[in-house]
Amino acid sequence: MTTFLQQLVNGLSLGSIYALIALGYTMVYGVLRLINFAHGDVYMVGAYVGYYLSRKLQGKEPSLPNAILVMMGAMAACAIFGLIIERLAYRPVRKASRLTLLITAIGVSLFIENAAQLVFGADPKFFPSLAPRADFIVAGVRLTSEQITVIAVSFLLMILLRFFIQKTRTGKAMRAVSFNLDAAKLMGISTDRIIATTFAVGSALAAAAGVLIGMQIPKIDPLMGILYGLKAFVAAVLGGIGNVPGAVLGGLLIGTSEVMVVGYLSSTYRDAIAFGILILVLILRPQGILGRVTKEKV
Amino acid sequence: MKSGLRTGLVAAGTVALLLVLNSLFTGSLVSGVAMPPYILQVICLAGINIILAVSLNLINGFTGQFSIGHAGFMAIGAYASAYVTVAWGDRFRGATSFLPEFARDGALLLFSLAVGALLAAIAGFFVGVPSLRLRGDYLAIVTLGFGEIIRVFILNIDAVGGARGYSGIPKLANFFWIYLFAAITVVVVSRTVKSSFGRTLIAIREDEIAAEAMGVDTTRSKVISFVLSSALAGIGGGLFGHYLMYLHTNSFTFIKSIEIIIMIVIGGLGSITGSVLGAMLFIALTEGLREFSQYRMVLFSLLLIIIMIVRPQGILGHLEFRQFFGRRRRLDAPTPPAIT
Amino acid sequence: MRIPMRIPMRIRYLLAGSVCALLVAMLACRAGEKAGSAGGEILVGEYGSLTGGIATFGISTRDGSSQAFDEINKAGGVLGKKIHLLVEDDQSKPEEVGTVVTKLINQNHVVAMLGHVASSYSLAAAPICQANKVPMITPSSTNPRVTQIGDYIFRVCFMDDFQGSVMAKFAADTLKAKRVAILVDIRNDYSVGLQKVFREQFTKRGGTIVAEQSFSQGDSDFHAQLTQIKATNPDAIYVPGYYTEVGTIAHQEKELGLNVPLLGGDGWDSPKLWEIGGNALNGCYFSDHYSTDDPSPIVQKFVTDYKSRYKNQLPDALAALAYDAAKILADAMTRAGSTDGAKVRDAIAATKEYQGVTGKITIGPDRNAVKPAVVLKVENGKYVLVETISPEQVKL
Repeated sequence: MTTFLQQLVNGLSLGSIYALIALGYTMVYGVLRLINFAHGDVYMVGAYVGYYLSRKLQGKEPSLPNAILVMMGAMAACAIFGLIIERLAYRPVRKASRLTLLITAIGVSLFIENAAQLVFGADPKFFPSLAPRADFIVAGVRLTSEQITVIAVSFLLMILLRFFIQKTRTGKAMRAVSFNLDAAKLMGISTDRIIATTFAVGSALAAAAGVLIGMQIPKIDPLMGILYGLKAFVAAVLGGIGNVPGAVLGGLLIGTSEVMVVGYLSSTYRDAIAFGILILVLILRPQGILGRVTKEKV
Repeated sequence: MKSGLRTGLVAAGTVALLLVLNSLFTGSLVSGVAMPPYILQVICLAGINIILAVSLNLINGFTGQFSIGHAGFMAIGAYASAYVTVAWGDRFRGATSFLPEFARDGALLLFSLAVGALLAAIAGFFVGVPSLRLRGDYLAIVTLGFGEIIRVFILNIDAVGGARGYSGIPKLANFFWIYLFAAITVVVVSRTVKSSFGRTLIAIREDEIAAEAMGVDTTRSKVISFVLSSALAGIGGGLFGHYLMYLHTNSFTFIKSIEIIIMIVIGGLGSITGSVLGAMLFIALTEGLREFSQYRMVLFSLLLIIIMIVRPQGILGHLEFRQFFGRRRRLDAPTPPAIT
Repeated sequence: MRIPMRIPMRIRYLLAGSVCALLVAMLACRAGEKAGSAGGEILVGEYGSLTGGIATFGISTRDGSSQAFDEINKAGGVLGKKIHLLVEDDQSKPEEVGTVVTKLINQNHVVAMLGHVASSYSLAAAPICQANKVPMITPSSTNPRVTQIGDYIFRVCFMDDFQGSVMAKFAADTLKAKRVAILVDIRNDYSVGLQKVFREQFTKRGGTIVAEQSFSQGDSDFHAQLTQIKATNPDAIYVPGYYTEVGTIAHQEKELGLNVPLLGGDGWDSPKLWEIGGNALNGCYFSDHYSTDDPSPIVQKFVTDYKSRYKNQLPDALAALAYDAAKILADAMTRAGSTDGAKVRDAIAATKEYQGVTGKITIGPDRNAVKPAVVLKVENGKYVLVETISPEQVKL
């Protein structure tokens, strides 16, 4: 039983990382109907920015302000990075077919991965510890400070995002754009600006996930975004793509079920089972768990 | 009758031409004149890419269903046909001992490819029936999932090498076989597209609901085109294994599926000659950029983005080669895929 | 129905023409590229992963072999000629290996081939080298099948079964461990091979395998497996993986409060192991080809030269093996007095007691190196030699 609870904690902390990345996928999909393949790589860049920032801050003792500084820095850098990608690569092809947009996204992803291998080096890097660590044992289950941080920060960010989307003017505009881009434009919403904001926010969340994973794992490499990106994308689809709470739910589901499969079955089948669950859910509920049914207009 | 004769003549001519080219390239026709083996290898790999791209175009370009699982069906064909030649090759050769050497090899290859294509088609059926009810990105992600599941299962079959990879596959495929099947794929797909069944596929691509309203059994049509496409991918995979003599599941990740999609999109979605061109351009780019060693993939991805920005509809757009250049206007030129 | 044409017809022809011309030119360039420069040099090919998932291993290997050839060239080269090393990248994609090796052999006309780290990639290249009668030495592929491909394929490292037995003996006899858990990289043939031998040998020596968990290369979260292992109370955990994952595993093991030593193989050897795992690795053991602390002059010279050449980095075992493979190849060419494939092959096969960085190397009748292994202990960033175990010692 203790083992099971421990696995549950492991699963939740992995799942909240997936959820943070999945949010970016889902937000971009919501406004552009684009599977942003490069999103996993933005997450990788976030981890590297965090790595270099914390190396700069080294020498000082690990402390909470430092950790927050690194996190903020990485998020800001990636928000700008997301804006650049959107402006240079996606905006010129936004009017073309969706497949063209998708291939462009794949091209951007390949570019970031390969450029990162040249810039950062192909070998893995060790992420220095940012905050003082402590372990808590609750009912035989060991909770590390990293796991608690990951879960807490993820949820904090998700709540902030929820507030941003529901309550602020920009958030409302974002929802309008995702509902109907052309109508939103007619209502005087600057869609270009909203789409850019969406990219910035999504990329910042991915950067936060990158720093969090760096604290927890603590190994980063230029290709780390491929697998996490794919899983997070699966999570986003599972929860109902375009749906923010759905992405969180999907992330937690995928994370927990993966950990359980690895713990109680075999890691070989981990990916197969993650996809198996996805296929099953989609066949039974084609719009994802929390997705809205969209009636096609004739 | 006359057209049947003509078709026969064209087919015989193609086979003869491929045989002559094959022996010319390998240096057995004119002594001293041969294609450098590396170039020949690139040409052959381009041929396999043509099979994969043209077959995927049937689904993605003509039926308008977005699949990212092509590498999975390719893997099934590759592993199944390689298993046939490795495990049953000797028995097959014994049973066909009345044939001359080259015919025996050819018959064995054909038999193994048939098995590979059949298994890939069966897999295509079982993947297609449940998933083709889904639309757009949901279909994409489900096919991606099936592709990965197929790969994980092959990885766990010890009889085909598992994590070690499958070595010891005889080199039965060559320029002749690869381009013969590339030609067959092109003919099969273009005939399918021009048939009345092909019209229903294009109708589905243009507007699925309207097609359904017109009495088209959309699911059935989609499944048939998916199965056909999978079988052709299986043949491509079989040739891939018998040409490289080695298989590893890492060759069939979703990255491979995406590479095939890149080929059909740069060539022009919904254009068969575009797919052929895209497949050749893809390999020419990746090999041509080898010069730049570690900068190669950076340049490749930049080129890809630039092509998409400059020519979003692909090089040929939706037009066939002849339409792209020719003045002969055809009323039935297919329209581009609907932007949904 | 026709989309209105915006591009005039003439421009279209021009466009298509130039694309075709570009393609032909690219291929022609590649065809003509070599041929000329073969005059005063001996060309040796190396295929490896310089980009992609396993790039870090390919880069170490390239660094080791190019250091060896540079030393040889400074000393006057081989047969009066300089050796030129051509390295091609396979992007960590197994299907690229065939193309790259064909290119090196038929386009660049290399006389011998070095590569690869991963056995599965070597297995893809070996049949091509064999068919073209180009001798191939793999520095670090430990799977037995590689050299079984044919009589032109050699290796300078020991094989999986020996290394697995070494660790089993060390765990049972030196550590006196009774209960060992295994954590294996299931998609890596190397790891699966070691694990098989270890389990067999360790149980024969009276030990028990209490748990068996797996992961896949590239994974970064091992909490699930380690939680499961923790429940079985092992004395040690055998992790025959690569350092890229092992460092993380050690870190997470300690995080979960599991304080038993990890045991491993030569895949651990890299200064980066410590960089990733840090203090969590103290007290862990792994079997390896050599120790950088070995006082023998040849090892110390290699280490010093390597550090001055590559920004003060310590060479890992892959670099040392690649260095030895390159030196043995050059030595064989000198003894053969020729760069002819068959003669070089015979000379490599006749290598006896060659003193390399990774020990005295003799190529056996099955074209595999016969040599001892060392067991190293991780202590504060240093890998300290604990025991040397020879092939005779592990026989039961």
